Amino acid sequence: MYLNAFWVGGLICLLGQVVLDNTKLSPGHILSGMTVAGGILGGLGIYDMLVAFAGAGATLPISSFGNALAKGALQEAHTRGLVGVLTGMFELTSAGITAAIVFAFLTALVFNPKS
Amino acid sequence: MVKVRQGTSAEQKQRDLYKRIVTKAEGKPPRLRNAAWAFFAGGIVCLIGQAITDFWAWFMDVSTQQAGDPTVATMIFIGALLTGLGVFDNIARRAGMGVGVPVTGFANSMVSSALEFKREGLVYGVGSRMFQLAGSIIVFGVVTAFVVGVVAAVADLFL
Repeated sequence: MYLNAFWVGGLICLLGQVVLDNTKLSPGHILSGMTVAGGILGGLGIYDMLVAFAGAGATLPISSFGNALAKGALQEAHTRGLVGVLTGMFELTSAGITAAIVFAFLTALVFNPKS
Repeated sequence: MVKVRQGTSAEQKQRDLYKRIVTKAEGKPPRLRNAAWAFFAGGIVCLIGQAITDFWAWFMDVSTQQAGDPTVATMIFIGALLTGLGVFDNIARRAGMGVGVPVTGFANSMVSSALEFKREGLVYGVGSRMFQLAGSIIVFGVVTAFVVGVVAAVADLFL
């Protein structure tokens, strides 16, 4: 699992770097694109296979965020229909978003910009 | 007049050739090196993430899948802290997307935007600028997931 996490995670980052260096796309474009790709692969149920194979190699790259959003929306869409799409959206990503907001806010309070 | 033009076009050609040689000599190796660094660094980050996942799964006695949430939170904490300390930029200079694509990069984008605009105050600086870069990721992710969810919900109605 550790070996798979290393090379799959590395490969996804490599893909981002190659696109960054060889096209005019900015990191923002690439990360948004990867999130969209993760969402589509998640909707098709393919991303879960990647997670089963590579563990953190698939759950840590930003594509996993798209996958988690899609999975949350899908799960409740099946039980509650269209309303479920709205309520289930952040079900699985809540931990990441909350942690990101709280930690980013606290870090911004404690530290001052360099330079 | 014609001679001068020929001269400049020859010069232009020379300059183009020079540019091509320079980009060949300078442009190519960094691309390869960047790609190698991104692969290596990205792999290491995910390796650390896997170790943290296993730690939380063992520590909280839950499944690996349930350990995913605290793992993401831990990685975000590390990414935010390293950004605050000013270490993240030094790592990212080499590692590039190797630390940019994992959630550490998401945390870095939020903290660095928040810090950059801190002097504009907590509300208009930190609060509203925090999502300057991360916002587009959330927007495109949510819109994609919304389409996926609606397709599934509509398909459930008819199938």
